[in-house]
Amino acid sequence: MNIQRRQLVQGATAGSVLGLAALVSGCAQMGGGAGGPKVVVVGGGYGGATAAKYIRMWSDYQVQVTLVEPNAAFISCPISNLVIGGSKAMADITTPYDGLVRRHGVQLVRDSVARIDADKRVVRLVGGAELPYDRLVLSPGVDMMWDTLPGMGKLGAQEQVLHAWKAGAQTLALRRQLEAMPDGGVYALTVPLAPYRCPPGPYERACQVAHYFSKHKPRSKVLVLDANDDVTSKGPLFKKAWADRYKGIVEYRPRHTLVDVDAGARTLKFEFNDDLKADVLNVLPAMRAGDIAVRTGLATANQRWCEVDFLTHESKAAKFIHVVGDSIQTAPAMPKSGHMANQHGKTCAGAVVALLTGKQPNPMPIYNNTCYSFVSDTEVVHVASVHRYDAAQKTMLAVPGSGGVSGAASEIEGAYAMAWARNIWADTLA
Amino acid sequence: MPSIKKNRFKALAALALMALGQGAVAQTDPLQVRNWAAACSNCHGTLGVAQPGMVSLAGLAHDDLLKALQAFKSGSRPATIMHQISKGYSDEQLGQLAAYFAALKK
Repeated sequence: MNIQRRQLVQGATAGSVLGLAALVSGCAQMGGGAGGPKVVVVGGGYGGATAAKYIRMWSDYQVQVTLVEPNAAFISCPISNLVIGGSKAMADITTPYDGLVRRHGVQLVRDSVARIDADKRVVRLVGGAELPYDRLVLSPGVDMMWDTLPGMGKLGAQEQVLHAWKAGAQTLALRRQLEAMPDGGVYALTVPLAPYRCPPGPYERACQVAHYFSKHKPRSKVLVLDANDDVTSKGPLFKKAWADRYKGIVEYRPRHTLVDVDAGARTLKFEFNDDLKADVLNVLPAMRAGDIAVRTGLATANQRWCEVDFLTHESKAAKFIHVVGDSIQTAPAMPKSGHMANQHGKTCAGAVVALLTGKQPNPMPIYNNTCYSFVSDTEVVHVASVHRYDAAQKTMLAVPGSGGVSGAASEIEGAYAMAWARNIWADTLA
Repeated sequence: MPSIKKNRFKALAALALMALGQGAVAQTDPLQVRNWAAACSNCHGTLGVAQPGMVSLAGLAHDDLLKALQAFKSGSRPATIMHQISKGYSDEQLGQLAAYFAALKK
């Protein structure tokens, strides 16, 4: 008992000294070179940026972290539907990476990964540089399975028919298409079979476009063509919004499996339903883990998603490579969301620091998901859940009795949704 | 950076002392509670210091915070979302989280 107590006090009060000593010895064992162990993080979205920040913080700034990200700034997918609807601007959803660099000493490399040599533990960049690592964190997000829609492979098709499912240039381009569409036109949005990034996102987008039409182009229509049997998230709340607020504007059609797109003729082709022509097509294709994860052989679940150990987020296919965010094979009831990617980032960061210092990772992670959806420019509904590690099943499970959805859309939740955005952007990047 | 560091160790030390005081809870791992608490920061800010529009948890009185969490859990305090989140934690875990945030600098 005495020993136990003494260890506890030492661990708490002399933590920085002990931590540093362990890091130095860990470094020597792993040949990490001068300056402490090296972690490379690939992808500066919610998962990767959070992991980079927290590995620095939780190692007392002893572990060197290099973040590889091709984009100049972080652009948030959450809230991006409001840019498409016209109530927010790109600047509202854009955050620079300065905080990670200046406040946390993350080394930012603006580049993409050409290949990963898992045996030698080296990341080779498109620009030619080689980054050795002791541990690698991959947060590659999703890429689109264009091969499932042959017509989208034709020259120019992907410039005409947008997904706008990665916030950025396409977000603004889709907004421009809606602005250019004459009143009385039809906007058609296709939803792939779950799982895909952000389950409620398509239905929020339908609300945002309908909100814009209701104010500026009231004779126009929003057609939602969903491959799923029903709305996959917050169904009753979205259906109520469409019936009460956007009656005559939104039409929802389930069980519409898209099999091809004729971009030139602005026509959607379905497995069982008639072809459909519309003025603006917005196609969300089937998605899978980001290319670099697939090319590295990490997408072991149906060649689509990366299986991980939920205590550490280490890949089940490759040692020393951790995968976080939308690209993982999720646990039951775990959505592919920015909020969840941030939680993965912190779980992974804690484990990476523990493993680099010869400690045991947290044996029981507990974290939550909170997802707000705007049904107008001010009113919001949410879904929340709490997830806890189950040692017997070796996965994260929703805690029984926890979680739920809003009773009704409200402006109070609209204010909380924007506060959520400010806070998660700061927690991820500042 | 130094203030973040100092702040965190104060919280970890407080947790360790709490564990000492309670004897039977000596297996409380301060790093585990730190990791659990980090899951709150998506909404309530890194180290419990929130951006505008959300409540900061850092430095709140332990008893007040624990009472609020328990009231959310029991349903006696109305909420938009915390009644659903708090039900995901045991009373002991809520106590550990309250102690962690109470020891952080405002």
